[in-house]
This record gives sequence, C-alpha cells and structure tokens, in this order.
Amino acid sequence: MSRRTRMVVFVLGAAGVAVLFVLAVLRTPGFGEDRHPYRDAAIDAALRQRTPNVVSSLNFDQRGFDSVGEEAILVAAVIGAATLLRRWSDPAEADEPRPVPAVTRLAGYVLLPVTLLIGADVVVHGHLTPGGGFQGGVVLATGLHLLYIAGDYRALVRARPLDWYEFGEAAGLGAVVLLGVASVLRGAGFLANILPLGTSGQLLSAGVVPLFSCAIGLAVSCGVVVLLAQFLAQYLPTKGDSA
Amino acid sequence: MTLFPYLVAGWILLAGIYGVVRSRHLVHTVVCVSIAQSSTYVLLLAIGYQRHATAPIFGPANPPDSPVVDPVVQAMTLTDIVVSATVTALLLALVILVAKRHGTVVPDRLHALRG
Repeated sequence: MSRRTRMVVFVLGAAGVAVLFVLAVLRTPGFGEDRHPYRDAAIDAALRQRTPNVVSSLNFDQRGFDSVGEEAILVAAVIGAATLLRRWSDPAEADEPRPVPAVTRLAGYVLLPVTLLIGADVVVHGHLTPGGGFQGGVVLATGLHLLYIAGDYRALVRARPLDWYEFGEAAGLGAVVLLGVASVLRGAGFLANILPLGTSGQLLSAGVVPLFSCAIGLAVSCGVVVLLAQFLAQYLPTKGDSA
Repeated sequence: MTLFPYLVAGWILLAGIYGVVRSRHLVHTVVCVSIAQSSTYVLLLAIGYQRHATAPIFGPANPPDSPVVDPVVQAMTLTDIVVSATVTALLLALVILVAKRHGTVVPDRLHALRG
C-alpha cells in the first residue's frame, strides 16, 4: 500500500472514530461531577475490609483475579522478550568501563540504598499509603540500575545473578496463585480475603492485601530486572553474564 | 467546557495512530503505539474525576466521608500502564530481532517474507 493510499485510509478511519467518539462522549455523565456509583461501592467494600488505600483494595482484594492476569501478562512479556533476545546476545569480551564523573558515581552510590528502601516501603505499605506492589516493584528494579548509572556495569552484573531474579519472578506469581488456592480451600472464592483484617492503619491489617502486594512487588521487581538485563546485554556484552 | 478532557483523550489516540501510519522507523512506531495507548489513561482518569475531591486514600488528614475521586478507574489505569510497559518492551525486542534479521528498521522496506 503506498503512503498516499495509507493516509487516505487513515483519514477516513480517523474521521469515523472521531465522530463516534464525540457522539459517545456527549452521552457520558458530565466531567467532574459527583455521581460515581462504582466509586461509592468500592469505597464501602474497602472500608469494610479496613484498607485505607482504596486503589490497593481494588487491585489486591476486590478484583484480585484481575491482578493475577495482569501479573501473568507481565511474566509472559518478560519471558517473551528474554526468549527473543537470548540467542542474539553472544558473549563477547568485557568492555573497559568508560570513566564516569565522580559526582555521578557518588550520587549513584548514595541514592542506591535510599531508592531500594523507598521501593520496599512503597511495596510493604501498599494497603495504607499511595503505592503497592506494581509501583514499588518498578522503584526497586530501577533503583538497582543506579549501579549502571554510576558507570559500573560489572557491579550491576555482580549484584544481579539473573537466575535468582528469574526464580523470584516465578516465586511472586506462584505466591499469588497459592494465596488464591488457600482461599479456595478455606471455602471462600479464589483470592478472597481470608486473613484476619486487624485494625485499619496498622501494618498488619487489611488481611491478604499486604501479602498480595509483596508477592506482586517481588514478581514485578525481578521481572523488570530480567527484562532490562536483556536489553542491556544487547549493547554491553560482558563475560560471566549468562543472559 | 466539560467535554475538553475527553476530547484530549480522543486527540491523543488519533495522534498516536497517525504517528504509526506515518512511521519511517520501527522504534518510532512502537513509541506511537504507546502514545495511542496512553489516551486510555486520560479517558479513564477523566471519567473518574470529581471537582474538589482528593485521592482515594483515607487517613487522619482524609477521613472516610470526605469526597474522593473514583478509585476504580485509577486501578484500571494502573493495570493499563503495567500492560503497556511490558507490551512496549516485547515490541522493542521484536524490533531488535527485525533489525538483526532484515538489516532494516524502515517499515516500508519490510515487504519480503523471509523464513
């Protein structure tokens, strides 16, 4: 298809989409108004389960089955990218690390523990404060890559035995499935909140939500590390890096 | 102007697809796909927004009867972001493979099927 025909097809299609979209939007409830029935139902359920962060309550309690699917998509994409890229990342000799400004190194090494701590905090307190397993997992994984920003790819490779991260990713997904099986065995639905709810606002409260959040955090952080390792290995092949 | 946020979402969608149609580089195509997908974030958050309401996280500063925005669409947006990021990574891996196998990343030159 020539570029001109393609543009004609696009303009026709886009015009159709635009008309239908505006027609649909004209019949939605007004922007910023007070009427949100799903919100009211979700907040009632979250308060009943003593989870102050309603978004986490939704993700890890009210529609936990959705999060399993979401996590499975993540794991599948990581496996897919690793499989696609693995055969191309041929081990070559290690590059000499290029000199990095001392300020950058220092900032990298100072921020590394701080970022890892914040990531762990975001994961563990997902049911109380903004955050949860998905967000905290990404913070943890990117925090580890501060080692790479600090200019030391070898240090990153040493701190990153990929086999263990692949294991962690699988363990995160497995833990969630076990939570679901446990709730089925207890006679509740799959991934129903079966643990004691505790006092709202405490670290150990909201039943299964913090556990679910930690499992997701494990899977996401390990998955992102494995994923980024595949892309880094494309350009920085190093001896001893099995990926 | 209560239509405006929804129109922004529609515009981002069409701008992303327009970028895919005009694309001359596969990485550019992947970025445009994720732009098109990000229109759903704007649409979802616009649906859940309420004026003078705060985040749906309760605590001492935000007692449970205070007005908050819709957490359902926020959770869906979170799902959307995770899926978008992983799909983008998978697409970029495919781009690397295409570049190594066909020696080009220009979509228009990828006519021949090669086994």
